[in-house]
Amino acid sequence: MSVFNYDKDNNDIVTITMNMTGPVNAMNAEYNDAMRTTIERLEAEPALTGVIFASTKKTFFAGGDLNDLVQVEADQIEDFFKEGVETKNFLRRIEKLPAPVVAAINGAALGGGFEICLSCNYRIAWDSKAVIVGLPEVGLGLLPGAGGVVRLTNLLGLEKALPYLLEGKKIKAAKALSEGLINETVDTVDELVPRAKAWILAQKGDDTAALQPWDQKGFKVPGGNIKSPKVAQLASMAPQQLMQKTRGLLPAPERILETAVEAVTVDFDTALRIETRKFMSLVPSAVAKNMITAFFFQMGQVNGGASRPEGIERSEVTKVGVIGAGMMGQGIANVSAMAGIEVVLKDVSLEAAEKGKAYTAKLMDKAIQRGRADEAKKESVLNLIKATDQDTDLAGCDLIIEAVFEKMELKHQITRSTEGQLAEDGVWGSNTSTLPITQLAEASANPEKFIGIHFFSPVDKMPLVEIICGEKTSDETLAKAFDFVRQIRKTPIVVNDSLGFFTSRTFTSQLNEAAQMVAEGINPLRVDNLGKAIGMPVGPLTIYDEISMRLGMEIRETQISQGLISADDDLRPLATDLINTLVKEYNHGGRYHGDGGFYEYSDAGKIIWPKLHELYYKPELKVSDDDIKDRLLFSNVIESLKCLQEGVLRSVADGNIGSLLGIGAPTWTGGYLQFVNTYGLQRFIDRCDELAEKYGDRFKTPAIVAEKLEAGELFN
Amino acid sequence: MTNQAYIYDAIRTPRSKGKKDGSLHEVKPIELGAGLLRELQQRHQLDTAYVDDVMLGCTQPVGDQGADVAKSIVQFAGWDESVAGVQMDRFCASGLEAVNSAAQNVMSGWNQLMVAGGIECMSRVPMGSAGGAFGGDPEYVMSQRFVAQGIGADMIATLEGWSREDVDAYALQSQHRASFARDSGYFDKSVVPVKDVNGLTILEKDNFIKPNTTMEGLAGLNASFEKLGAMGMDDMLLSKYPEVQSINHVHTPGNSSGIVDGASAVLIGSEQAGRDLGLTPRGRIVAGAVTSTEPSIMLIGPGPAAQKCLKIAGLKKSDIDLWEINEAFASVALRYMKDLNIDPEITNVNGGAIALGHPLGATGAILVSTMLDELERRGLKRAMLSLCVGGGMGISTIIERL
Repeated sequence: MSVFNYDKDNNDIVTITMNMTGPVNAMNAEYNDAMRTTIERLEAEPALTGVIFASTKKTFFAGGDLNDLVQVEADQIEDFFKEGVETKNFLRRIEKLPAPVVAAINGAALGGGFEICLSCNYRIAWDSKAVIVGLPEVGLGLLPGAGGVVRLTNLLGLEKALPYLLEGKKIKAAKALSEGLINETVDTVDELVPRAKAWILAQKGDDTAALQPWDQKGFKVPGGNIKSPKVAQLASMAPQQLMQKTRGLLPAPERILETAVEAVTVDFDTALRIETRKFMSLVPSAVAKNMITAFFFQMGQVNGGASRPEGIERSEVTKVGVIGAGMMGQGIANVSAMAGIEVVLKDVSLEAAEKGKAYTAKLMDKAIQRGRADEAKKESVLNLIKATDQDTDLAGCDLIIEAVFEKMELKHQITRSTEGQLAEDGVWGSNTSTLPITQLAEASANPEKFIGIHFFSPVDKMPLVEIICGEKTSDETLAKAFDFVRQIRKTPIVVNDSLGFFTSRTFTSQLNEAAQMVAEGINPLRVDNLGKAIGMPVGPLTIYDEISMRLGMEIRETQISQGLISADDDLRPLATDLINTLVKEYNHGGRYHGDGGFYEYSDAGKIIWPKLHELYYKPELKVSDDDIKDRLLFSNVIESLKCLQEGVLRSVADGNIGSLLGIGAPTWTGGYLQFVNTYGLQRFIDRCDELAEKYGDRFKTPAIVAEKLEAGELFN
Repeated sequence: MTNQAYIYDAIRTPRSKGKKDGSLHEVKPIELGAGLLRELQQRHQLDTAYVDDVMLGCTQPVGDQGADVAKSIVQFAGWDESVAGVQMDRFCASGLEAVNSAAQNVMSGWNQLMVAGGIECMSRVPMGSAGGAFGGDPEYVMSQRFVAQGIGADMIATLEGWSREDVDAYALQSQHRASFARDSGYFDKSVVPVKDVNGLTILEKDNFIKPNTTMEGLAGLNASFEKLGAMGMDDMLLSKYPEVQSINHVHTPGNSSGIVDGASAVLIGSEQAGRDLGLTPRGRIVAGAVTSTEPSIMLIGPGPAAQKCLKIAGLKKSDIDLWEINEAFASVALRYMKDLNIDPEITNVNGGAIALGHPLGATGAILVSTMLDELERRGLKRAMLSLCVGGGMGISTIIERL
């Protein structure tokens, strides 16, 4: 029996119920066989009133099989192309059937799933949270290659289709209806097929019901084709707007835009062919492999608990204590309360604690303004947060997260005085970003219940949490922290103790390399702008100014004074000198920590601090753009490799996801470790050697790369 | 030894605002062009059958200007049916490209007598009408980092540190020089009044010039490319210039070339042609050159083109008496003078396109008439004509008075 159940009723309506092997329906070899047989049978039907595509799975259809896709290399494209053309042609054949075809959408129809829906004449969806539709391929470095670009553009017109295609917007059934992506919704899932049948029967006598709009005579694409001045103008400005976002680093949205414009320029079938060719050009690309690996497979692993110890029962935090109601503490309180957890927000004064709580009120007001919450929700969230200056209010917390100043003694003292308030089996977390967990845990009576839970700022927006195990942290404690992070709907990565853990350590390597380059005499604007050119959200000098060189310097000095590092142990001494000079001699410790930083700030905007040129700039120094870009990127990559080599990173997936979600690793890299896989291990070693030769030994490749190369492995 | 390409005459129409309220909007392109051909015929009692080909530059060869507008103009002017016609497009260089090509035709001996010029009725066929990948095809735009020319002009000013005052001051000078030249009759030899079917004059002289321009007035104009820049074009161009923080948008309608209607025609022939027809050469084409430079900033080609042209001609800068750079934007002219290190006093002596307007396909050949007249008026020998051209190209021609 086929995995596509074929059922013809008395009215000659055929219902195809997709029930593929495995948890979801997906486009793969099994699909090709089932669909081929099904279509041949449909085409051979002597009497056909209509066709319904339905699903027995929770999702309607999940799309292309990424396990297959990610394997495709450039030299296999010819074969892959032939297969792709057949798969794609199934959908064209569905459109050409002499009877109307309806998609009965009972669950998520994303990517290839929605492309099937788009090839149906009519789309009915269950109006439920379970139903989301869209074409999110762009997020994986791909384009909707089964007609999605061409059909959606012809359905909605270029202007309305582009946001769905370029941003991969996913929407619920009601929105899909109002936006014209589907035709009808029903209230219960059971109504889907009966309603589809009723619609088919109602079309009797209307020959056009079996024709897609674009196959009807006199069809005009909504909003006009490329000859319409408005569309032509859109086609000329959309690339500019797109490049502003992608900086030319992401091929998928570029190919999508090109295909969508072709879809309003040439005929439908030609546009489909162009779409196929552009899709094929993306599949074997490094960027697509990077994005699929990181955002699909590794994100799934990380969120699915690959780094969580096995065999420990899932836990839930019912009451969390947050000590320190500053920027981080108030954010942690906010995300916890938003997840429905009771929060005790403690600071030295009630006033300070209340101020921390007011932060959540402010965020809720913003959400209400944007229509994303209401007063009742605000009240219920605020009711969950108790602001206090009393330790005793923390009694019975399953988890206490300390988020006070980065001072070892202070943190030790709070641990000693407060950990007694924890519930039995309670866990102590420190939101430190610079102090070793093992040493912080020395103050605890139960160091096995002590763990690092490192949030990123702003806490409500940043999706990542870095969990750090100290030497004595137990698996139970780790599991509890992990479950808490999932409970507040964030993504946890798990790392071992090290100065700066994984994220801060990797993050600062680029900033210091940037400072090193300025100290060498390279034009600071080039350094900053070329940071953006590799895809960093903002340039490294701009970031350094924002987060403050003064703080960086103080952290380093503290670490030296505590014997955590040696002053001689410095990969970038020129950077250190420059920062010392800027902070100590000129009070240029950063935008908010002195009289400016690398830049000088005024109401008119910012300019490079003129004195910086005077002190360091050497116009005669010739360093290529490529070298500057690689020095910035490779600094992060090499530091990440060291973290993996030293065991700070416990998995490659944690490294990739952590760098992408926490410290702005460019999307196209798929994370700082995945970058090496598609760059090529040997090529990476060679380029590192070149950089080391020119700029110093810190660019020497960590041994782990040569080991992987030797073993014929990638970083997986 | 190749033949000489002599300039027997060079004429043009007056230029007027290229919008529906411009004086020439009522005149069809073929009529505007045909008027110049008829004038050439009448001035020289030309046996038009002697003319081999008419080459006209036109950058928007669609609609009224479509379908080889040059051939339509030749016929519409009543010229002999043996005369061929070709429309040419090298963006803003089209008119000068036609002059250079016609000169090459004559020098090679293939042809004896040519008309080279251009036509652009911007009021009827606006910029962009012809479409093209250049700005219209997303794949081209993204892969080539294409931005509007004005963004490039603003980037030139930014790179050179020229302020709004600097470019406005240049524009003011263009207005003053142009209005003085027009009012002193310096353009009268070349400018052929445009007449209607009854012989009544529609436009006698250039009327785009704004003689009362002031620095204050210029300062009050809004930057033309700020909005486009903010929509992504600035970032697109900045990605090629990482040493620049942001683009200073200094160009306005007041310091950029005017959008106008206009046409031009230059009669270029061999010595033999002159003898056969009893024509006296006024000058000759010494050399011509095209080149191309960084395409995104687009407008820095003229300096290198002029250098190349000097080399081809075997001349030095000091051999050039007058310099003419098309004022597409003030920064283009300033950059040209800086690149070549030439004296502003002998550059664009009668103003330029900022004051007079830039009918895209016609301008190159207009410069021939302007410079030939001025060489004659001053009794000087050589002039270098240059234009910036789309896609980073530059074009130059050296002419010599006889």
